[in-house]
Amino acid sequence: MSKLLMFEKPVGMRDTLPHIYETKRKLKEAAEREMRSWGYRFIETPALEYHETIGEASAILDRQLFKLLDQQGNTLVLRPDMTTPIARVAASKLLKERVPLRLAYSANVYRAQQREGGRAAEFEQIGIEMIGDQTVSADAEIIALLASILKKTGIERFRISLGHIRFTDELFRQILGTEERAEHLRRFLYEKNYVGYREHVKSLALSSIDQQRLLRFLDLSGELSCLEGAANLIEGGAGSEAIAELRNLYERLQEYGVAEYIKFDLPLVSHMSYYTGLVFEVYVDGAGTPVGNGGRYDQLLEKFGRPASATGFGLRVDVLLSALEQLAEEEKVHCILFSNERRLEAIQEAKKRREAGEAVLLQDVAGVEDVDRFTESCKSVSFFVGKAASGREF
Amino acid sequence: MLTIAMPKGRIFEEAADLLRKAGYQLPPDLDDSRRLIIEVPEENLRFFLAKPMDVATYVEYGVADLGIAGKDVLLEEERDVYELIDLKISPCYLAVAGLPNTSVDEVAPKVATKYPNVASSYFREKGEQVEIIKLNGSIELAPMIGLADRIVDIVSTGRTLKENGLVEYETIVDITSRLIVNQASYRLKDKEIGQLVSRLSEIIAEKAV
Repeated sequence: MSKLLMFEKPVGMRDTLPHIYETKRKLKEAAEREMRSWGYRFIETPALEYHETIGEASAILDRQLFKLLDQQGNTLVLRPDMTTPIARVAASKLLKERVPLRLAYSANVYRAQQREGGRAAEFEQIGIEMIGDQTVSADAEIIALLASILKKTGIERFRISLGHIRFTDELFRQILGTEERAEHLRRFLYEKNYVGYREHVKSLALSSIDQQRLLRFLDLSGELSCLEGAANLIEGGAGSEAIAELRNLYERLQEYGVAEYIKFDLPLVSHMSYYTGLVFEVYVDGAGTPVGNGGRYDQLLEKFGRPASATGFGLRVDVLLSALEQLAEEEKVHCILFSNERRLEAIQEAKKRREAGEAVLLQDVAGVEDVDRFTESCKSVSFFVGKAASGREF
Repeated sequence: MLTIAMPKGRIFEEAADLLRKAGYQLPPDLDDSRRLIIEVPEENLRFFLAKPMDVATYVEYGVADLGIAGKDVLLEEERDVYELIDLKISPCYLAVAGLPNTSVDEVAPKVATKYPNVASSYFREKGEQVEIIKLNGSIELAPMIGLADRIVDIVSTGRTLKENGLVEYETIVDITSRLIVNQASYRLKDKEIGQLVSRLSEIIAEKAV
């Protein structure tokens, strides 16, 4: 690698300049306020964790982890998500408190990017986890909250696509018999390769009825009515329960008044093994990648020694920002320019205005090269310059 | 409005032909037009022409809702896009070729290709370690002038190989063109995309009979 130039940053790392910072702050505040008003409590966890614990339990692929060594030689990771650290805290501490737990976070997470630009390696995620509640009501609540947050942050057009891992698993188990064969087929879904899926199904030694079942499965997306098609594909057991659960969930989402944002997408798997029930992805107009995703992950907590059901979602603040139509206006401040003779007067004036809640910039005129340019972006300016008795305001 | 990334060159004619057969009114000068972006307001479509290798990139980033890309490109680029249907056009295959009756260098076999990822995973899965040399075109030159022992390249009729005195050693995978879709568009423009997919699928099924 050639010598680094002084302005360069590691791949995928980004600066946030003041006007973007303001937009981001407003967006996060709106989201956080909404989460609090639904009774979620915010927590923070360290940026560094052990690879052996958080790194291995996380849903994020190992090659996407930033790794480093501590002085004792342990491998550390920069946290790749917040769900896993929260599971650690919940299992070791918080689950002794009131259950179910409703936790929220707003934090930077880190995922190494191998390829070209456009992908952030550090980005802010804002999300919630509901731990210790296995009911459909819990799933309904988090999706309703998700929709509510998006509306509060000013996102008009969005879509939440729902799938159910137990349905996929049961259908594949019934038809294919072994987990190995099921996993092979699931990988095509995970890679979004529907052509490969179809070719693979056609190459399997299956009855034509079973082949048709697997092929029709790919078309199970869209409105509520596709659940009927899904019910016809499966014979009883966990698969039918999953469909009943989705219907049940949809009914609750209607009660919350957010059903219009919901579509079903049964071939959605999101991950090869992490989710255990409901799974969903969120898309907004103006962003080419999902703005958030989530689902039920009932097996994570037991990795930390305390089995508990859990459901939650994370939203990517950077993708949300890119979908916002306009950036927030930077709030303009009042500017007081003073010269040395009237310094005390200026300081008192600034103090008075600040106590009244105004943002005030206090600037020694001797430190400014071009007064017009400096005050250009100010809301208003007062001068405490020279010998006059009071400040002039413009 | 749907934005479609079309590949310039070899696949273009067949892809445009397929869309026309599916009932889309495309302007006759679509490909020899110097404009890079062509709007077809009657069909609520917008096309742009891109290097075939770049089509999947445009679609992944969401600047194109859909694209038509060869499976070779998808295998090489591994973009996060939906591969929805096999358009069954521009059939060809990826193959390993070289000078006749030659064996590869035992210490450091060299393979020249436009598809470094495909080539390296193919040989790795076979349990062979090779050195990949990335070239951008005229791959056939490499064994002829002694740059590499083998090449991995697209073969459609085999004529180019023959004319340059090369032979095929192994077939890697069959290739056709695919309709690919951006993951957000797939959700947010599901109705329009669904319509296009079913019109295209009909034509493909008819052609298969």
